[in-house]
Amino acid sequence: MMSAFEYVIWIPLLPLLTFLLLGLFNRFFKEPVSGYVGTSAMAVAWFLSLKTAITYFFDAGLQNGKYMPVEVFKLEWIKFHSGLSIDMGIMLDPVSVMMLVVVTTISFMVHFYSLGYMHDDEGFSRFYAYLSLFSFSMLSLVLATNLFQIYIFWELVGVSSFLLIGYYFTKPSAIRAAKKAFIVTRFADFFFLIGILMIGYFVGTFDIETLNGSQTIQWILQNQFPVFLGLSVITWALILIFIGGAGKSAMFPLHIWLPDAMEGPTPVSALIHAATMVVAGVFLVARLFPLFFHIEGGFALRVVAVVGTFSALFAAVIALTQEDIKRVLAYSTMSQIGYMMMALGVSGFEGMEGLGFTAGMFHLFTHAMFKALLFLVAGVVIHAVHSNLMKDMGGLHRYMPVSSWTFLIAALAISGIPPLAGFYSKDVILEAAFHYSFIIWLTGFIVAGLTAFYMFRLYFRIFHHREKTYAHPPREESNYMKIPLIFLAVLTFTVGWLFTPFSKYVSPTREAFHYHIHWTDPLVWGSMLIALSGIVAAWIFYYKPTAYPDKIAKSLGVLYTWTKNKFYVDEAYLFVTKKIIFDKISKPAAWFDRNIVDGMMDAIGNTTVWISEKIKPIQSGRLQEYAIYFIYGVVILIMAFYYMNYKM
Amino acid sequence: MEGISIQIVLTFTTILFFIGLYGFITRTNLIGILISLELMLNAEAVNFFVLNKYLFPGVLQGSVFSLFIIALAAAETALALAIIIQVYRMTGSVDVKEVKDLKH
Repeated sequence: MMSAFEYVIWIPLLPLLTFLLLGLFNRFFKEPVSGYVGTSAMAVAWFLSLKTAITYFFDAGLQNGKYMPVEVFKLEWIKFHSGLSIDMGIMLDPVSVMMLVVVTTISFMVHFYSLGYMHDDEGFSRFYAYLSLFSFSMLSLVLATNLFQIYIFWELVGVSSFLLIGYYFTKPSAIRAAKKAFIVTRFADFFFLIGILMIGYFVGTFDIETLNGSQTIQWILQNQFPVFLGLSVITWALILIFIGGAGKSAMFPLHIWLPDAMEGPTPVSALIHAATMVVAGVFLVARLFPLFFHIEGGFALRVVAVVGTFSALFAAVIALTQEDIKRVLAYSTMSQIGYMMMALGVSGFEGMEGLGFTAGMFHLFTHAMFKALLFLVAGVVIHAVHSNLMKDMGGLHRYMPVSSWTFLIAALAISGIPPLAGFYSKDVILEAAFHYSFIIWLTGFIVAGLTAFYMFRLYFRIFHHREKTYAHPPREESNYMKIPLIFLAVLTFTVGWLFTPFSKYVSPTREAFHYHIHWTDPLVWGSMLIALSGIVAAWIFYYKPTAYPDKIAKSLGVLYTWTKNKFYVDEAYLFVTKKIIFDKISKPAAWFDRNIVDGMMDAIGNTTVWISEKIKPIQSGRLQEYAIYFIYGVVILIMAFYYMNYKM
Repeated sequence: MEGISIQIVLTFTTILFFIGLYGFITRTNLIGILISLELMLNAEAVNFFVLNKYLFPGVLQGSVFSLFIIALAAAETALALAIIIQVYRMTGSVDVKEVKDLKH
């Protein structure tokens, strides 16, 4: 049983070796070689992941109708006491195997694509080293057996994200974006760490399987825990862990780093900031789903649902007005991740009630494919036009047919048009939400329409809209960039049909349930219709240049300005950090430190110097002066003795 | 012996000691300092002898100490003079204010 999966360890290990090779011997690898090394390592890892998935789902995993987790190996690293230890290990279960496939597929495609995209770049080998580091950390994260292991690799993906956003380190804006991403996510990770430590303290284990086991949950439910603000500490721990996840997954209000992260090279945006790293938060909630669901009637899970739903709507509204194509995609990512969170949040546990969970995971799976595809196409376009802005584009369909068609497929998928991948995941999410709460369903429903609208706004404005003459006719240069597009487009087309089998494999209880889409259900028709109307609206507005967008923008007035400026969330952060924290707290604190604390230390030092200056002449080195002091001393002693013995 | 009282002798030695002390402090000439030192030593030697003789006539410790002091003073004078000669050779002076090479 164990030995069947021993090769799994090579999946994270190969990128690590590549990273060490390319990172340490950076100078010996010239341009194409390092790319080939990285790409072939990823290809092997991808192949191994597919093999793992097939073996796990069809052969080894299923026991008594349940997918049991397989611990490939586990090393006890730091032991606190029996039960509580930090381990390093590899665990396979439906969620992690699915993540394994997602991460390696997208990573392999991006490695391949970068051979063309990063062509002639100075830091080519460095780029591949960073990509390998990221793949290693992300793969180890999804395979973790232990909450602390998740945390360690969580930080490591944060570092590689920082390195890759700041890849063009000569650009000040890139450095700022990298710093911002690191600080914001690090700030959220702080809460994550506290949450983990609280779990360790109160529950007494970091082991994910033990935590999710029904025994532990029963034990937690039967015991009384300290209560803070009306919620038990376990719920607080889960909320704190979710804050960590929200930071990485760019949920409101910790989303501010994601749009700026688009300063990184586009393949990086596709890999890290669209398909894999940003869904780590979703993965985290899914990992601890039994805890989230059972503790205190699932209060923490309701928080997840509300935050996810709000972020989905918030980001979709902002995406409507952005001009930079990568930023539109970034907000779209945030919105879709909100969708996933919402799906997890509305999910039940047993049987068909676990539909939300399955749908959320499936949306993660399909979203990775088409969002990566969208970003990769955006990369091709940016490469050809040398601009990120929509106003510099238009009519590109004629010049770049492959990009145009693949983008269209991805845009249809994300809008939720059958039979493409996005339709299945999105529709099931909406169905799950409908059974949970009408308001959440309605929000999700509106977001679906908005998504269709802004995606097609993007599509029409890049590839149609108007005929534009370009100084250099844009073209799709490299086959390295075209092949991943076509491959991912094929995946986008087909993975949707996997949903029926998928529901058999990934569910909260790990028990198979069968789900079929009911084509006659008005919900299905509703979500299809709203997507279609979004597309039609975008077609009317943007297929040819029209006056409607400007008119509507004018009539909305303040609302439009607010949306355009991303609801001033960045400015609010700046206000809080600069005006309040820096001016009101940090500066007085710094003043206190400089003048009072340092002043006291200086005073002690200066007094010592002053006193020593004053008494230094005593040590003149002249024997005769010493004799005088000696005599003074003797005289004083004599007087003292006299006074004591012959009191007057 | 009977004619001189102990007070007179002690007064004499005290005066002698403080003359020596004054000289030791105020003199700048090394030879002068040495002489002042000798004065103090001799005052003490006389003190030892006199106190022994007048207060404890049956024992000799005081007298023996006086002898010790005399011997010690002789040795010390020889040593000090040798140092003073060396100092004179190096600095060309026997003034104590000139001798400060070891100060820093």
